[in-house]
Amino acid sequence: MQRIGVFVCWCGSNIAATVDVEAVSQALSHEAGVVFSTNYQYMCSQAGQEMIQAAIHEHRLTGVVICSCSPRMHENTFRKTCERAGINPYMVEIANIREQCSWIHKDKAVGTEKAIILGRAAIAKVLLNAPLTAGTSPVTKRALVIGGGIAGIQTALDIADAGFEVDIVEKEPTIGGKMTQIDKTFPTLDCAACILTPKMVDAAQNEKIKIYAYSQVEAVKGFVGNFTVTIRRKARYVDEEKCTGCGLCTEKCPQKKVPNAFNLGLDTRRAIYIPFAQAVPKIATIDADYCTMLKTGKCGVCSKVCTAGAIDYHQQDTLIEEHYGAIVVATGYNPIQLDQFDEFAYSHSPDVVTSLELERLMNAAGPTGGTLLRPSDKTHPHTLVFVQCVGSRCDGGEKGKPYCSKICCMYTAKHAMLIREKYPDTEVYVFYIDVRTPGKNFDEFYRRAVEEYGVHYIKGMVGKVTPQNGKLYVQAADLLGGQQLKIEADMVVLAAAIEPDKSARPLATMLTASMDTNDFFTEAHPKLRPVESPTAGIFLSGACQGPKDIPETVAQAGAAASKVIGLLVKDHLVCNPCVAESNELMCNGCSACEKVCPYGAITYIDKEFRGPNRTTLLRRIAQVNPAVCQGCGACTVACPSGAMDLKGFSNGQIMAEVDAICR
Amino acid sequence: MTYSYFPGCTLKTRAKDLDRWGHAAMEALGIELQELPEWQCCGAVYPIARDEIALRLSSVRALATARDLGQPLVTLCSACHHVIKRVNGDMQRDETIRDRANTYLQLDKPYEGEATVLHYLEVLRDAVGFDKLKEKVVKPLTGRKIGAYYGCLLLRPSAEMAFDDPENPTILEDFLRAIGAEPVIYAQRNECCGGYVTLEKRDFAKKRVAAIEDNAAALGAEALVTACPLCMYNLRENGNGMPVYYFTELLAEALGLKEVEA
Repeated sequence: MQRIGVFVCWCGSNIAATVDVEAVSQALSHEAGVVFSTNYQYMCSQAGQEMIQAAIHEHRLTGVVICSCSPRMHENTFRKTCERAGINPYMVEIANIREQCSWIHKDKAVGTEKAIILGRAAIAKVLLNAPLTAGTSPVTKRALVIGGGIAGIQTALDIADAGFEVDIVEKEPTIGGKMTQIDKTFPTLDCAACILTPKMVDAAQNEKIKIYAYSQVEAVKGFVGNFTVTIRRKARYVDEEKCTGCGLCTEKCPQKKVPNAFNLGLDTRRAIYIPFAQAVPKIATIDADYCTMLKTGKCGVCSKVCTAGAIDYHQQDTLIEEHYGAIVVATGYNPIQLDQFDEFAYSHSPDVVTSLELERLMNAAGPTGGTLLRPSDKTHPHTLVFVQCVGSRCDGGEKGKPYCSKICCMYTAKHAMLIREKYPDTEVYVFYIDVRTPGKNFDEFYRRAVEEYGVHYIKGMVGKVTPQNGKLYVQAADLLGGQQLKIEADMVVLAAAIEPDKSARPLATMLTASMDTNDFFTEAHPKLRPVESPTAGIFLSGACQGPKDIPETVAQAGAAASKVIGLLVKDHLVCNPCVAESNELMCNGCSACEKVCPYGAITYIDKEFRGPNRTTLLRRIAQVNPAVCQGCGACTVACPSGAMDLKGFSNGQIMAEVDAICR
Repeated sequence: MTYSYFPGCTLKTRAKDLDRWGHAAMEALGIELQELPEWQCCGAVYPIARDEIALRLSSVRALATARDLGQPLVTLCSACHHVIKRVNGDMQRDETIRDRANTYLQLDKPYEGEATVLHYLEVLRDAVGFDKLKEKVVKPLTGRKIGAYYGCLLLRPSAEMAFDDPENPTILEDFLRAIGAEPVIYAQRNECCGGYVTLEKRDFAKKRVAAIEDNAAALGAEALVTACPLCMYNLRENGNGMPVYYFTELLAEALGLKEVEA
C-alpha cells in the first residue's frame, strides 16, 4: 500500500485568497492512502522544499501530491525535491489549484470545493503511479543547416565556431540567398554584398563547414541526436573538383537567350553560368533546360574551351546519406507572385517592377550597371510611384496574405531615399496604408526620407495603373487629403508581400515540424522558445519562421546556433520516460497507431509467439521507439484493441482521476 | 444540347442585335437556346441590402422555372447575368433570404439555388470550346484589332461571379482570337464606364468613356466589343466615335451568318 503525502501551497494570497487551504489539507488527509497532509505559504521556496523532504523521511512517503500552480511552472522543481529525498520523480503529482482554480473563481466556498476535488484526483492517480526511469540516447555531434542564405550561413558559422562540424545544404548553385540580390541595406545604407560575401567566403574556408550547394534534402529519418538525412546532389554537368571558376565557358556558350534568374529575368545569361562574380562555390553549372548539347546532343562548345576538362555531359544526380544530431531550417522567403494583382499592370508593362527587381536595377552588377533606367525603353525615369502592402495585410483570404510582411516599409523608404539622392530631378511618391518602422534607427531613417529627401508619402492605396503612350497613369486615393489623385508616372514599384519558400512545406513534412496556415514554421513557444520547433532537434533560423529583416535574421540565426551547440555538447540525451508502450499480447497489428503518430515513433515487426500444442504463431505487432516518442498519446486513443498505453498517463490512471472527480 | 435562355428586357428593345445574333450563332454551333416561358425583368439592379427581398423575387422566379425545366440557364446581358447569378448565390448560401423569398413566392417546391447560371461566353468556352469555335469560323476577322471591354458587372464581385480573373480577365480575348481577330489588351478594359451615372453626371460618364477609348486606341484598337447593353449605350452616346460592337455580332459575322441574311 502506498503512503502518500499531500502538500497544499498558499502561493501567498494567489491561492489562499480564494481557496481555504487549511480546509483543503484537512479534507485530503482523509483520502485513502494519505498518511500526511499539510499546507504552507510558499511550497516552492527552500523552506517549503525542505518541509517536503523532511515529511518524506519522517512518514516514509512513497508518493507525493502537491496542490499548487500549474505543472508547467514547478513540476520539475518538486520532482527534483523528491528525487533528492529518495523518491522516484515520477511518483510526484501536481494538482493545479492556481491557474485552474483560485485565479478563475471569486467565491471561496466554490474554489475550496474544486481544490479538494482536484487534489482527490491527483491522489487517485498517484496511487496507480509506478516509478519510471528515463533512458538515454547518444548524440551525433554534427549539425545540418538547410538553406544557405544569410540565416543559414550565420548559424553554420556560429556552430562551427564552437568546434562542431556543420553541413549547409543549399538548393541554388551558390550560397548567399536573397541578400546577394540586394543592393544596399537599411538603415545604414551599406552595400549588402560588401558585408555578405566575406561571410560566404568564411563559411567556404571554415574547415568545420561543408557546403552542399545545388543540393536538396531528399529524406529525413531518426530523431533528436540521431538524424539520418539523404541529400540529393543535383547534376551540374560540371566536375566540382576540376572546375576552377575561370568563367571562360560562360563567355563562349552560344546559347545566349536564357533569362537570368539572378537578375530576376531582367537580362539574359548563357546556358552554362556562374550566378554572380562572388558566387560560393565558384563553379559553373549547366542549365539543362536550355543547354543545346543536353537537349540535342549537338554543340559541346563549353567542353572544348574548358582547359580544366571539367565539363561532364553525362553527370547524374547522386544521393548521399549523412548523420546529424541537430537540424536547422533556414529556408527563407520569396516575394509572392503578382498575377492576382493586375490592377497594377505588372504583367502588362515592363516598367512596373517589384522592389526586388528594383534592387537589381540599382545594383552596379545588375543589368543596367547601376544606372536606374526604365526596362521598356532604357530611359531615365522622372516620376516614380511606390505602392506598399501589395498582397500584404489582405483580409478575407481571397488573394494575398493576411500578415504584414514587415520589411517593406523600410526598404521602400530606402529605395525612395536612394533615388532622390542619386537623381535629384525625380519626383518620388510612396502610397502606404500605415508606415511601420519600429527598430533601432528605423523611424529616424523613414523621417529622413520624408524630411530631408522630400519623398511624397501619401496615405492611401493605388487603385489602377494604366500603361498608355509610354507612361503609367496611376489612379490613387489620398485618404488624408480626401481626394482622388492621378499621377503620370514613368515607373511603378510594387512592394510585394513575402511568403515562405515553396520548399518549406515538403521539408516540414519530412521533419514532422509544424507550420502555421501561412506555411511559416511554428516555434515551440512564441515567446520563450522562439528558435526551436516543437519537434525535438529541429531549430529555426531566419524568415522561414516569419518575416524578418537582416539584423533580426542574424540575431535569430545566432540564437538557433546556441541552441544547437547546447544540444551537441551533450554526449547523451535523457529521454522522457512518459512514452507510449504497446502490450504485444493485445496488439492486433492494425497499423492505426502508426498512421496517427506525428513523430514516426511506431514501427511494426513480425514476432513469434507460442501457440497451443507447442506451435509457434507469427504475429505482426507494434513497437514504440522510446527515443522518438514524445508522449502525445495520439496512439493510445487510436488503438482499437486497447494495447497502446502511455507510461505515467495510462488509461487506468486517467479513469481513476475521472472517477475521483465524479465521486 | 439545349439550354434555357433568359433574354431580359433590353435585349427585346434597345439591344436586339445582342439577342438576335446570339441566337443565330448558337443555332449555327448546334446549340439550342429555349427562351424561358413567361420570363419577367431580372430585377435590373442587384439589391445590396440583405433585407430587400421583393427586388430578388423576379430572378428567383426565373431560376425556379429553369430548375423545373432541368436545363442550365443561359444569359447574355451582363446586367441580367450579374443579378441572376448573385441572387442564385443568395438562395444557395443565405438562409434568411432563402426562407423569406420562398415564403413570398409559395412555389410548389421551394427554390434553394439548384439551377446552374451560365453566361453565353461560358457556354462558348466550356460547352463549344474556343478551339472548336475556331474550326467553325468561315470568315475570320483577320487583321482586325479589337479591344475587349468587360465593364464591371461580369467580373465583380469575383468570388460570387466566379467568371474570370477580375484584374486580368482573358475570356473575351480568347474569344476574339478564336474568331480570328487580334485582341488588344489595355488596362481600362475592366474599369467602370460610368454608365450608371450617365443621366445625372453626363460629364463624368464622358470622362470615363474617354479614358477607356483613349487607352484602347493608344494600344492600337480600332473597335471595342462588349457584352453589356448599358456599356454599349454609354460608350456610343458619350464616346468620341470609336465603333463598339456586341460580341455576338462579331461572332455571327465570323460564322458567316450576317452575309447569309444580307
